[in-house]
Order: sequence, then C-alpha cells, then structure tokens
Amino acid sequence: MQQLILFNVFNGLIVGAFYALMALGLSLILNLSGVINFAHGGFLALGAYLAYSLMPSVGFWGALLLAPLLTALIGLLVERVLIRRLYGRDPLYSLLLTFGLAYILEDACRFIWGAQSLPYPVPEWLARPLSTEFFFLTGYRLFMVVLVALVVGGLFLVLGRTRLGMRIRAGTMDLETVGALGVNVRVLRNLNFGLGIYLAGLAGVLAAGMLGLQPTIGSSLIMPSFVAIIVGGLGSLPGTLLGGLLIGIASGLATVFLPAASEAIIYVMMGLVLLLRPRGLLGEEGRLT
Amino acid sequence: MNDPRRLATLLLIWTALLTMPLWIGAIGGYTELASRVVVMGLAAMGLNFLLGFAGTLSFGHAAYFGIGAYGVGMTLKYIAPSTGLGMLIGVAAGTLAAAVIGALIVRLRGVYFAMVTIAFGQVFYFMAFRWNAVTGGDDGLTDWHRQPLDLGAGVLDIMHSDLAFYYFALAIFAAATAAMALLLRSPFGRTLIAIRENERRARFLGIAVERHLWLAFLISCGFATLAGTLYALLNNFVDPRALRWDMSGNFVMMAVLGGMRSFWGPLVGAAVFVVLQDFVSSRTENWMSIVGLIFVLVVLFFPRGVLGILRRRSVS
Repeated sequence: MQQLILFNVFNGLIVGAFYALMALGLSLILNLSGVINFAHGGFLALGAYLAYSLMPSVGFWGALLLAPLLTALIGLLVERVLIRRLYGRDPLYSLLLTFGLAYILEDACRFIWGAQSLPYPVPEWLARPLSTEFFFLTGYRLFMVVLVALVVGGLFLVLGRTRLGMRIRAGTMDLETVGALGVNVRVLRNLNFGLGIYLAGLAGVLAAGMLGLQPTIGSSLIMPSFVAIIVGGLGSLPGTLLGGLLIGIASGLATVFLPAASEAIIYVMMGLVLLLRPRGLLGEEGRLT
Repeated sequence: MNDPRRLATLLLIWTALLTMPLWIGAIGGYTELASRVVVMGLAAMGLNFLLGFAGTLSFGHAAYFGIGAYGVGMTLKYIAPSTGLGMLIGVAAGTLAAAVIGALIVRLRGVYFAMVTIAFGQVFYFMAFRWNAVTGGDDGLTDWHRQPLDLGAGVLDIMHSDLAFYYFALAIFAAATAAMALLLRSPFGRTLIAIRENERRARFLGIAVERHLWLAFLISCGFATLAGTLYALLNNFVDPRALRWDMSGNFVMMAVLGGMRSFWGPLVGAAVFVVLQDFVSSRTENWMSIVGLIFVLVVLFFPRGVLGILRRRSVS
C-alpha cells in the first residue's frame, strides 16, 4: 500500500511537472499579451512529432535539443503572421483564432504522421528501473523531473536576472509605459510568445517518451494546464508552477483512493479555490480580469 | 415593430424556417440537417444572450448543452418513455448545474471568466466519459428512442417522422426565441446591455451587477440546455463529444460568424456552420483543418459576422 501511494504520488509529480511546463508557457503569453493560447496543446503535439522525425538523424539528445527550438520558431512565425493582429481586441477573437489553430495543428499531425499512435524510443539505459524495489522509478522518469526542474529554474533565472526577463515582467504590469520607455513591444511580445511555445514543445518531447505519440496528445494536457493557472493564481508564475504540481499530485493520489475521480478531482480543487480565494493561491489582488 | 426593415427581416427568417424542409433537399441537404440547423441555432442564440447582450464570454456552454442531452436520454432510457418529461428533467438538470457554477464565477471578468468556464466544462465531460455504467462512457448513451407526443387533441408522431420532429423542434425554437426577445426588451435585458457598455457606471447606479450576470448566465445556459435536449432527441443518441470543449468553441464560432451584436445573427451563423461542416466532413477526412481555417479567416477578415457586414453595407 505504501509503495502504491508512493508510486502514484511520484506519478502525479511527473504529470504535474508536465502541467506546470504547459501552464507556465500559457501563463507567460496570457500575462503579457492577454491571449489565451488554445493552440498550446497543438504546439505540444507538433514538438513531439518533430522530435520523432528528427530522431533518426540527430539521435535522442539531438531531438530533445532541436525539436523544441524548431517548435518555438514556428511559434514565432505564427505570432508574427496571425496573433499579432489581435492584440488589444476583444479576447474573444484571439481565443477563436487559436482555437482554429488547435484544430489545424492536430489535423496536420494526423495528416503527416498518421492517426495511429507511434512509439517514441528512449535510450536503453534511461528506460531501465533504478532499483527492483521501486520498479516504477525508471531513469527516464527521474530524468524528466530533473530536466523540468532545471528548465523551470532557468526560466525564473531568465525572468529575474536578464534584461529580456525584466522587460517581460515590466510589460506584464504596464505594457504601455514599457513601450513609452523605448522598448520595442512588438519584438518583446514575439519573443515572449516564442518562449512560451518553446516550453510547450519541450513538454511535448518529454511526454512522447512517456506516453508515446498521438495527434490528440496535446488536447488532453491543455485543460489541466488551465486549471493549474486558475488554482495557482492569474498573473503569478510561481503560482502557476505550484498549481501544476498540486493538481498533478492530487490526481495521482485520487488514482489510489478513487480512480474514477482522478480527472474530476482537479476541477473540484478549482471550484474550492474559486469559492474560498477567487484570485488563486498566489494570485495578486485585483487581477481578476 | 414599427420599423419596416425589422418586419422584413422577421418575415424572411420565419418564411425560410417554416419552408426549409421543402427546399433543403434541392440544395443537397436533408430534413435532419434542417433540424440540426434549428437546434444549433437555438444553442448559439442562447450563448449569445450572454455574449452579445451581457458582454460576457462563456467558452463552456457545451457542458450545459450536454447535460440537457444526457438528461433527456437517461430519462427516456431509465425512468419513463415520455419525451416531455425527459426534456423537463434535462432542462432542470442543466439549469441547476449552471446555477451552481454561475455562483462560483460571476465575480470573474473577461479572459479569466472565459478560462474558468472552459475548465468547468470539462468536469461534466469527464463525468459522462467515466461513469460507464450509467452514461455508456465513450460509446455514448444508446438503446433509447424519442417517443410520440400526446398533445391531447391528437398524437404528433415525432418518433417515426423526421418532418414532424423538425416542426416540433421549430415550435420549441419559436417559443424560446420569443421568450428571449421579451427578456431582452424588458428592464432586465436593458440592464444587461447597460452592464455590457459600462459596468462601473451600472454599479454606481445601484444595479446589482453580480446578480444580473448570474441570472443572465443561468438563462443563457437554460436555452443551451433546451437545445441540448432537442439535439439528443434528434439523434436518438448522446455521447461525451456533445459536452466537450470543441463543441463550446463551435457555439462561439456560430455566434461570431453570424454576428453577435444582432438577435438573429447566431442563427445565421449556425446555419452556415452546420451546412458547411456537413458538406466538408462528407468530402474529406481533414475537415478539422478546413473548419480551423474558417475560424482563422473569420476572425481576421469578418469579425463582425455575416449580419454585421450586411448591416454596415446598408448603412453606407
């Protein structure tokens, strides 16, 4: 029993790490540009499939490095051509546009790589369990958690210590003033969008190694990411991280005690948070718009 | 009704709706498709009650649509073979769910409101998906059938006649849209528009904004639920896709495509969307790309929708 709980908590932590990675990207874009990127799951799938196609020529590590970057590049382009036109307009329009993009991306993956699920091989030494007692703890799972931790740490470093990060944080508070101070807001939003999509692409590559590849891989991960943002608090990146990990572990625990509710529990958590603390766990006051 | 243009619009719409089964075959459709236009039109108009007139975007209306659908299906399957009772239970269940969720979210605004409605919509999807024993899970709720209606004076056999069902759905649609129009002309409806235009000012005038928005959400979801019951009866089948997020997105698209600032816009949008989807999905497997592309193009080039364009042209 103890092992079962431990197994599911660890599983929940991994799932939570995915949610957090997705949700951080969504949050970045939402905070600076006011766009809910519905296509985030589509970009995740795209990252995973790109890695699948790159792997034969550049290997596992090359794909892990290149696929998210390539996805981010496509993200930059999409922002430049489509999403940029909708800034400052009713959020309804960016929601609908990215919703359409989500359709297109999922369908494109199905068209190019097929609807059946594909295996995504990870190196032999990573796939092995670390010990016989904790059979579920494969090297790959541990590796994922460590990598996500490093990437999230890196993201907070970039935001906290670099000029770009400073501008993104400032723009989140008052974009107009940042623009008036001579920062090129268009470029800033573009780079910020690319950063968010990079995180989605990375989540996709990592998820592929654990779940295999399906065109719908993204749409199953995007909803919990919304919940992570709401639970953690709108406008707060640490909150988003916390929210992602919390709901991941909660659904892991629910798998032990009430398997049928493993999905529903995160929405119950969201309901409770909205009831008791509408701005979310770490959300700032007065940011309910 | 003193405005002749408005009268002409009404006349045009109702003539088209009343005669649709006669000519839809000629343009490659069929009676069930006509019924689907009416049902989706009601759902989109219900959504637009909130979106267009109270200025609040819900991206989770499929949940209530789906609860209505499951409500009627499960009543007919497990409780009693009565179409009327099923619809009553379906609408009651969906509206109750909307009352609870609405109370949790009325304090939120804008993007945040939209995001929370999206997320809450998924709860009901997972319930339908997971609760296999009752809902049939992923395979959907089958083995039930809509029943003939006993109207006292006679029996309307909507069970075997698609045409009878179309006119039944149209009658419900007529009653619902009449109620909607009355609500919008009432002081309550005017207050919603005031909140849409300037919430702060409305609040200063002493209007209980949250209570109005909660009620608007409830009414809007109620109409969507009613449409959901008709949807289930039309197909004699419900599956979890009826309440998934892509269905919510389709409703919003219908409202925008037709023109969300006009009363009949969403109906026009629903007609275009339903017919187009039917046409595209019968010709290519990649209908998702086409529908997605339409979303992108409409947002970029026709954000005011069909009626918005017509209106602007006639003004200039």
